[in-house]
Amino acid sequence: MMEMVNRPYAAAFEAHAVQHPEVLCLSADLTSSCEIDGFRDRHPGQFLSLGMAEQNMLSFAGGLGLAGFRPFLHSFGVFLYRRPYDQLVASIAYPRRKVRLMGFLPGVTTPGGMTHQAIEDIAVMRTLPNMTVLEAGDATEVESIVAEADTVDGPVYCRILRGAVPRLFDTPLRIGQMRVLSEGDDVLVVTAGVTTEEAIRARSALAGAGVSVRHLHLNTLKPFDAAQIVDHAASVRHGVVTLENHLVNGGIGSMVAEALAEAGLARRLVRLGLQDTYAHGGSRPYLMRHYGMDALALVRAIERLTGQSTGIDEGALEAVRVEAVHSAVKAEAL
Amino acid sequence: MRNEKSTEEVARGIRARVFEHTIRNNGGYLSQACSAAEQLAFLYNEALNLGPSTMPLVPPPFAGVPSAANPGYRTGAGYNGPFDAVHDRLFIAPAHYALVAYACLIEVGRMAPEGLEMFNRDGSSVEMIGAEHSPGMEVHNGTLGIGLSTAAGLAWGRRRLGHTGRVCVFMSDGEVQEGQTWEAVQAAAHHGIDNLWALMDVNRQQCDGAMDDVMTVGDVATKFRDFGAVVAECDAHDLPALRAAAATPHPGRPLIVLAHSRPTQGMESLMSRFPRLHYVRFKSEEERARMNAEIAAELGVAPVPLETQ
Repeated sequence: MMEMVNRPYAAAFEAHAVQHPEVLCLSADLTSSCEIDGFRDRHPGQFLSLGMAEQNMLSFAGGLGLAGFRPFLHSFGVFLYRRPYDQLVASIAYPRRKVRLMGFLPGVTTPGGMTHQAIEDIAVMRTLPNMTVLEAGDATEVESIVAEADTVDGPVYCRILRGAVPRLFDTPLRIGQMRVLSEGDDVLVVTAGVTTEEAIRARSALAGAGVSVRHLHLNTLKPFDAAQIVDHAASVRHGVVTLENHLVNGGIGSMVAEALAEAGLARRLVRLGLQDTYAHGGSRPYLMRHYGMDALALVRAIERLTGQSTGIDEGALEAVRVEAVHSAVKAEAL
Repeated sequence: MRNEKSTEEVARGIRARVFEHTIRNNGGYLSQACSAAEQLAFLYNEALNLGPSTMPLVPPPFAGVPSAANPGYRTGAGYNGPFDAVHDRLFIAPAHYALVAYACLIEVGRMAPEGLEMFNRDGSSVEMIGAEHSPGMEVHNGTLGIGLSTAAGLAWGRRRLGHTGRVCVFMSDGEVQEGQTWEAVQAAAHHGIDNLWALMDVNRQQCDGAMDDVMTVGDVATKFRDFGAVVAECDAHDLPALRAAAATPHPGRPLIVLAHSRPTQGMESLMSRFPRLHYVRFKSEEERARMNAEIAAELGVAPVPLETQ
């Protein structure tokens, strides 16, 4: 049984911020939704409420950065770049302010539908010069991403998981260090964030079917370690599957394609994720199934690459973790 | 630091330099010099507590954008003096006023006249739309409406650090059409940021023409007050009035000085172009020659010698 950690961000942020007075906690009216309500109550002098006004919040944070502070901006990921894109570029990315953009509810991890789902955030953020892009895939990475992001000499965008988060790893996130979760030689599987858990669900079934998987978990999306990806891709027989909680265009699928093409390495590539489509509101397991982003979609993609049926069906995969709709650790607000 | 010239002289010098530049280059932000000359002269020559420039008199060429690979990167803020706890900071929010701001830097001895020769030349840091690395600039404000927010954040941070220096934003009234301006004022008022003040050039002009034709903005003073600012109003060309307005106490709130200006002040011949004043490019050699003679006479300077075509 997987260990579940409740609200790992809340504790990790507080522990870090209280040690660093130049860290400021900014919120745009989603304070409990981003698990910083306790911090606000216990450390009001280090907390700034900027209200529902993200354009101002981003430029204001640029000004705080100019004064030598390192503001952590808390909101849903989508609200940190769609409306305030101009401010993101002019006030934060261009001048390399040490602003930490903490984007909650990445991809389809929210039932909030199109307006709440950050499905192109990686594509947007990774194309911005000076930006670092990180993504947490488990409780350990959520816990360690706070201090690690704060070491970046410039702005950083982080995809953060909230609520009850499984613990998959026992070593902290280190920028630039991808995790090699298995070292097979048939197919390379590249995942990040919540899709890593999906790939792990398929692990034993694939092993039982005789498929040797090489599985990489990415937590640093920019800078992107293309050389390592190419090395791993070169060591498998059949090709590469990317599985991401994001549009396949502009995200990890695109990064891997660029890496392979620039290296001149001919490997087939299947890109799983949102296929040039918006999503709608629903539970995470439902959305990941509906849009072909779950463990079963991964198995089918691997079958396409190997040309062989594995005989794996939903029953052979490890159980989907279903979050209680009204769990005590879940914020009330979307 | 005080310049030896009077503020009136600085303002006259700004108009003359921008006029000469515009005639010589057959285009320029001439109207902005008319409306803002006294305001920028006032800021640099007396209102702001600025230390001596830390930059060379002749601006260095463009030295690259900020990046991890460009550790020597500097903004143009050094022309406004050093960063320290006691001195003020200035943002030129409408970066389109750059030509006027550069002329002001020359008039107050912070930049050599040669700097203006580099205006809008390839490879120069003296850019047409003021960039971070342009003389006197500290942040990019070319997308209008973001300056006040940045200044509010800087001011909040400086207050927390115990700095006595204030943060000033020179603004244009067109920026009140941007929603972010109102977000910035409400945030500054909510957080009691009173080491922040703005001087707004209310010339009622924007790129497309007169603001009343492009987008009516209503009673800006009342709107700013309703959003939590202290507002003072004055004639932008009346220096004693500017001084009084800027001295308005504003404890616990940002101060917005609305300086009502005329977009042709000092160069009434420009009225023949009204309402297309945002960027003046002469339609013909005849117009250029006529403006050269007429405006020179108004300014009391010699016409700009032009090579015959």
